[in-house]
Amino acid sequence: MTSTATNSAPARGEVLLDVQDLAVEFDTEAGRARAVDGVSFTVRAGQTLGIVGESGCGKSVTALSILRLLPQPMGRIVGGRILFRGQDLATASMETLHKVRTGQIGMIFQEPMTALNPVQRIGKQLSEAILLHRGVSARAALEQSIELLGKVGIPSPEMRVGEFPHQLSGGMRQRVVIAMALACRPALVIADEPTTALDVTIQAQILELMKALQDEMEMSVILITHDLGVIAETCEDVLVMYAGRVAEVGPVEDIFERPSHPYTRGLLESIPRLEYPRKSRLRTIEGMVPALMDLPTGCRFNNRCPHRTGRCTAEAPTLDPVAGAHRVGCHHWRGLPAWAEPAA
Amino acid sequence: MSAPLLEVRDLRTWFPVRGGVLLAARGQCKAVDGVSLSVWPGETVGLVGESGCGKSTLGKSIVRLVKPTAGQVLFNGTDLASLPRRRLKPFRREVQMIFQDPADSLNSRLTVGSMLEEPFLIHGIGDDASRREKALELLRVVGLPPAAIDRFPFEFSGGQRQRIGIARAIALNPKLIICDEPVSALDASIQSQILNLLLDLQERLRLSYLFIAHDLAVVKHVSDRIAIMYLGHVVESGDGEEVYRHPRHPYTRALISAVPQPVPRRQRYRQVLSGEVPSPIDPPPGCPFQPRCPHVQPVCREQRPLLREVGGSGLAVHTVACHFDL
Repeated sequence: MTSTATNSAPARGEVLLDVQDLAVEFDTEAGRARAVDGVSFTVRAGQTLGIVGESGCGKSVTALSILRLLPQPMGRIVGGRILFRGQDLATASMETLHKVRTGQIGMIFQEPMTALNPVQRIGKQLSEAILLHRGVSARAALEQSIELLGKVGIPSPEMRVGEFPHQLSGGMRQRVVIAMALACRPALVIADEPTTALDVTIQAQILELMKALQDEMEMSVILITHDLGVIAETCEDVLVMYAGRVAEVGPVEDIFERPSHPYTRGLLESIPRLEYPRKSRLRTIEGMVPALMDLPTGCRFNNRCPHRTGRCTAEAPTLDPVAGAHRVGCHHWRGLPAWAEPAA
Repeated sequence: MSAPLLEVRDLRTWFPVRGGVLLAARGQCKAVDGVSLSVWPGETVGLVGESGCGKSTLGKSIVRLVKPTAGQVLFNGTDLASLPRRRLKPFRREVQMIFQDPADSLNSRLTVGSMLEEPFLIHGIGDDASRREKALELLRVVGLPPAAIDRFPFEFSGGQRQRIGIARAIALNPKLIICDEPVSALDASIQSQILNLLLDLQERLRLSYLFIAHDLAVVKHVSDRIAIMYLGHVVESGDGEEVYRHPRHPYTRALISAVPQPVPRRQRYRQVLSGEVPSPIDPPPGCPFQPRCPHVQPVCREQRPLLREVGGSGLAVHTVACHFDL
């Protein structure tokens, strides 16, 4: 086990991760781009925070920053703090970071085939993760691997440890990746689009598995996805990101029942729902996400926003409290029309 | 409207599975295994299923990007499945295709203008000036600025590239467009723009669509009728609303219940299927769904259920391939 003092589990609901004013920059051919700009959020023990947004909104970069896994040398954290159990991961030593990565925070990536080593047997890869942070023999590690594979619902795990990733289906591979993330019994798991590459019936299996394991192991989860349905059904809290900033953050019921940012509303209105009448025209958000090198001044959503005023182009909004933990980054949220559940 | 535009009859597309030293055929991958469906003028038929169910192979077999093994693809009465390649050209004008990833399906070395003029060139329509005129008109129809004509695909976002793909598909005034996952690579806010565009074009140009996708909510939204595919077979079909409200096949039910809905804390029954889709190289005996079916009975392991009528009539007939009335 890793350092004992920090590993005592915090009580459910207590803040486990506190990200404050995170800023991340990338060097690109076109110059320096700020992919994440002043993002703050907290993750409570035993709960799931969903981060939702479209391509390029900075949700994956935010997740990678937590474990300082940004692509090097282009990406770097240029501001803010990432407080995990009181230590700032943004400035932590490589040694501390290594302990956190191997013993306290696990990571699940979207594409299991790229997260697994194609030329190593499943058992070897899992054992390696276990050996890294537990002083056990290779044999005991393999036994634990088999136990873990069984836990994530892989049939005949004692056979599977001898197989290579290509011999497994996409859903099974994702189970292996989950098993690896859980090998260190982490307090926090960061899952970046864990089910996006999977079919819906397999997605349902994986989400159910993650929920069950979360309850059993009392983990916290950061779930990154573009799918508002997945967010609604699995998360307690939501962070809506747009063009590198927080649009809106709060408990899941508040965000879905009283969305207060025009972008959140636009997203909720634009997705086709099963109960809509066929061929009805969907609401849309005009235009498209701006490029990071070409962001509008003031509020970054202003060029697509139906409620834009002069103030929106002049001044970036700060996060305003709506009610309780629900906060929104919009100058005009108070003046928006009352929200009605979309019905096309 | 007295005859279907497209009628697929008992279509099979099998691929030989090769192996060994001499790459001898060792078996057959039955990607599409006896599918029948029809598309009538002006309607959209949605085809839903998960990866490997054969929905894309079916689409490609219809436009003859893949040669079907058996069965018929009747387009206005002519069987495209058996036509020699050189005689397909006139039908290429009538049946077009839109692909999932416009980045892969657009030639990166051609300007948008030359890409849109190419169909006219191939079919010997108009002169240089009138072709450019047509290309500009197409851009306007799909909502792109005229300046796009001299630019290359990489200069566009995913949504704009899909608009280019759509412009190319409608260039020759086709009657039928096979849309293969046209919005699944797009972000939510862009997806709705493209779906609206497809709906508008259908009305204006009286197009018929065969709309293939894995996302049930998307397919149901744009389709008049839908068919659910599983392991090379259609397991249920009928009016979209009817199939969604009263699904009869256990797979359809599981599929509907697996779609995550953007409504938090909704207490609802979710049927999580165990197991995975079997391989079409070695399909299970009997019903293709039986290894995962929560209602499986001995007969399911022995006999493959055929599609039978369970309600509706005429075009809206509701059919299901299950031995039981659940």
